[in-house]
Amino acid sequence: MTSAATVHQADTVDNAAATPDHPQPYRELGLKDDEYSRIREILGRRPTDAELAMYSVMWSEHCSYKSSKVHLAYFSETTTDAMRERMLAGIGENAGVVEIGDGWAVTFKVESHNHPSYVEPYQGAATGVGGIVRDIMAMGARPVAVADPLRFGPADAPDTRRVLPGVVAGVGGYGNSLGLPNIGGEVVFDAGYLGNPLVNALCVGAMRTEDLHLAFASGTGNKIILFGARTGLDGIGGVSVLASETFGEETGRKKLPSVQVGDPFTEKVLIECCLDLFHAGLVVGIQDLGGAGLSCATSELASAGDGGMHVDLDVVPLRASGMTPAEILSSESQERMCAVVRPQDVEAFMAVCRRWDVLATVIGEVTDGDRLVIDWHGETVVDVPPRTVAHDGPVYRRPVLRSESQDDLIADSPDLLPRPAAPSELRAEILRMAASPNLCSRAWVTDQYDRYVRGNTVGAQPADAGVLRIDERTGRGIAVATDCNSRFVALDPYAGAQLALAEAYRNVATSGAVPLAVTNCLNFGSPEDPHVMWQFQQAVRGLADGCAQLGIPVTGGNVSFYNQTGVRAILPTPVVGVLGVIDDVARRVPSGFRRDGDTVVLLGETYDEIGGSEWANVVHGHLGGRPPVVDLAAEERLAELLAAAAADGLLSGSHDLSDGGLAQALVESCLVGGRGATVELPALDPFVALFSESAARVLVTVDPDRADDLLGMAAEAGVPAHVLGTTGGDDLTITDIPGFSLDELHTAWEGTLPALFG
Amino acid sequence: MRIGVITFPGTLDDVDAARAVRYAGAEPVALWHADRDLQGVDAVIVPGGFSYGDYLRAGAIASLAPIMRQVIAAAGRGTPVLGICNGFQILCEAGLLPGALVRNSGLHFVCRDLRLQVESTDTPWTGGLTAGQELLVPLKSGEGRFVADAATIDRLEREGRVVFRYAGENPNGALSGIAGISSADGRVVGLMPHPEHAIDPLTGPSADGLALFTSIVQTAASAA
Repeated sequence: MTSAATVHQADTVDNAAATPDHPQPYRELGLKDDEYSRIREILGRRPTDAELAMYSVMWSEHCSYKSSKVHLAYFSETTTDAMRERMLAGIGENAGVVEIGDGWAVTFKVESHNHPSYVEPYQGAATGVGGIVRDIMAMGARPVAVADPLRFGPADAPDTRRVLPGVVAGVGGYGNSLGLPNIGGEVVFDAGYLGNPLVNALCVGAMRTEDLHLAFASGTGNKIILFGARTGLDGIGGVSVLASETFGEETGRKKLPSVQVGDPFTEKVLIECCLDLFHAGLVVGIQDLGGAGLSCATSELASAGDGGMHVDLDVVPLRASGMTPAEILSSESQERMCAVVRPQDVEAFMAVCRRWDVLATVIGEVTDGDRLVIDWHGETVVDVPPRTVAHDGPVYRRPVLRSESQDDLIADSPDLLPRPAAPSELRAEILRMAASPNLCSRAWVTDQYDRYVRGNTVGAQPADAGVLRIDERTGRGIAVATDCNSRFVALDPYAGAQLALAEAYRNVATSGAVPLAVTNCLNFGSPEDPHVMWQFQQAVRGLADGCAQLGIPVTGGNVSFYNQTGVRAILPTPVVGVLGVIDDVARRVPSGFRRDGDTVVLLGETYDEIGGSEWANVVHGHLGGRPPVVDLAAEERLAELLAAAAADGLLSGSHDLSDGGLAQALVESCLVGGRGATVELPALDPFVALFSESAARVLVTVDPDRADDLLGMAAEAGVPAHVLGTTGGDDLTITDIPGFSLDELHTAWEGTLPALFG
Repeated sequence: MRIGVITFPGTLDDVDAARAVRYAGAEPVALWHADRDLQGVDAVIVPGGFSYGDYLRAGAIASLAPIMRQVIAAAGRGTPVLGICNGFQILCEAGLLPGALVRNSGLHFVCRDLRLQVESTDTPWTGGLTAGQELLVPLKSGEGRFVADAATIDRLEREGRVVFRYAGENPNGALSGIAGISSADGRVVGLMPHPEHAIDPLTGPSADGLALFTSIVQTAASAA
């Protein structure tokens, strides 16, 4: 791998200065020629092996955001002071933090673990959960829930059968063992993800506002304590090699080193230990060890502080013998944290760690000056300005070019697709859609996740949004949803990203919460492909402009590039997470038809919008045309109406309309609520009424005595409302389409994933 | 009434068990795995989770923890003990209950709301229930399949020590659909499903599970 791996005599700073012409394998580590030259320029000599390992991993796409930085700046440019009002920490911190009231703050973030999960599905997914949980811990919060947006190749593809069961077991195996309820997520199948599955992991944390911790090392003489698991040979170079180079068509897996191995028990203990340390006031600064391990933690802590740092690698507890300094610094062994502690608090810090049987070692201290100096065996192997490692990585303005193929895609209109018209045809397609891999029940997946632990889960899958109680006394809570219809994004990245935002925003509002903040995980192909960069740029602009219009800030996010095999990139997938607050979770609106005899009302307007729809996908395997029109003002009006109606206790149930349109929303509302309904479609082409995926629509139920109140509120809010019918009975009857028994729907909806995955 | 709730490293449902104790009107007392003192509690709950990572075998390491020596001694004196999920596994490993919990027959972790039939009300934890009654509670485990040799199963059935049985479909392949059992004196009960997750319809599938916790409080009150 690195030259250091085979050389037992460490390459010291003195040696590097004396041997300027010593050839170094920087290209194998992912550095370009000009990047290597720049490192030599910064240091005034060639880097040591250890320094080269640090720079290469910290300057990788995954850690440095070198291709995305210039575009991501747009998020900050579009965030106004008013939007920042409730934000206690934002982009650049380990995770964004927002105030939710009653003295509580909530932090949340999504990250990708795509490439490792393709190589080693169980451990890749497990350590994806572990990593995002440590990010949340590093803010001073108690992690309180997770959710996992997952995307795979076709459901019946052999590789999906290899990857999916392992990913789901990994998410469950790790998250369940940490005692974190899994309250949401997505499972999406599309041929575009074959060979490049997306495994994104979201974590939510809660804290009292005064407990916020930030990552910085300051105060000369303060000690640097590494605590948690030992450092081993797992995941070395994982970040730069795994995440920053596209899998080759043929030799792809050869050079991949082992994916990190997770130990959730150690992480669970580490969570409790960290919380005890925070509450005892023993931590000045804290940083998790994730991608790039100690390289990242030491350089980020030092560069965010006001001094330098000295670290002694000899005392780092190892789980393998003969590790080189470069290996120790780049190891991605899991379940480790790094804290900055005042000297007088070290003994108390160690006592807390002993109580939890957590290994903790003073590995260095904050120094005067501005260098990060790392010694090994009495000699200096690293001597660098930490900022140059952590923050001054290369910045690329990659070519951005909209490919002509985009015009072909748009020209391939879905309007020419044969549409069902006869009631019997509509019936068959409703059933076929309900059983299709993207619309069928996710229970096979979500039944492997603990959604109950800690006793605060008020809503979880198949609800529109996960709803969690934060304060047991007041009932204050949050709602979280993640969404992205990447088919829409492929047709129009700007509008598609806004549709993802709109859907997550709507899902949060559908549960009765008020949307507050946004996070994202931007999964794209290779940034070296100008069309991919165009998709990325458009998606970022769309998302940022959308957030500005809705008045909710992006508090953080993650970029995952190189999700492609050869020249074939994934569908552009900017997963958007929206977090909302609800004053009292007892006022949340449950999903589906919950009572007999309630009036079913469709809020929002339906247009003939079939481009990128699930119907076009399932029935015709078609992707073309334009996505539904984005109307964020309509989304905002709808959200305000839903919040007001929920606060009044007007709504007995609700369900967002998205993939599969009204037809699928009706089927799911019946099955989730365990009762049928009789409805009349609005006065439109029945096909359009059933399968259009127009945005800004929600299905709600209301007591018939209060239906007029709701209709009045809707009229006042400027939200179109159509009374569709009444809940109850054991059948779903839609206009003159022959009725469906709940059993029939249940069999269609529940059977698909178990039949595919066992 | 004071009810101890044990926390091992890796225990997860201790907060839920303590909340259920509070909802039932008793005082939860936190007990630490490394302690050798039960702090004079009137009953003990061994909650769910993955104690010590469930390494070696689920519950095996926890059964040897210092606090468990005290629990075993207290159980010998008739102190009521309830083991839930991992707690049930620990009680089996500690020899307080017969049989063992092994990998689910479907090989997946199963988190599902299911109906549980009450088979015995002859324990301090089920005294407030009615035989034949059904409770709607979550099950969430990967190693929840109760097994024992034929003679043990026969003895448990004959002596009325099967306390809970899965009412619908058997979710994990447990022998005779057994979800929970008791010790010979009925004072120690273990079950795989989670009554502490069903104490409030807001956060669980029902409030049916609360009855186990109110039962122990009532038993103590009537004994006093």
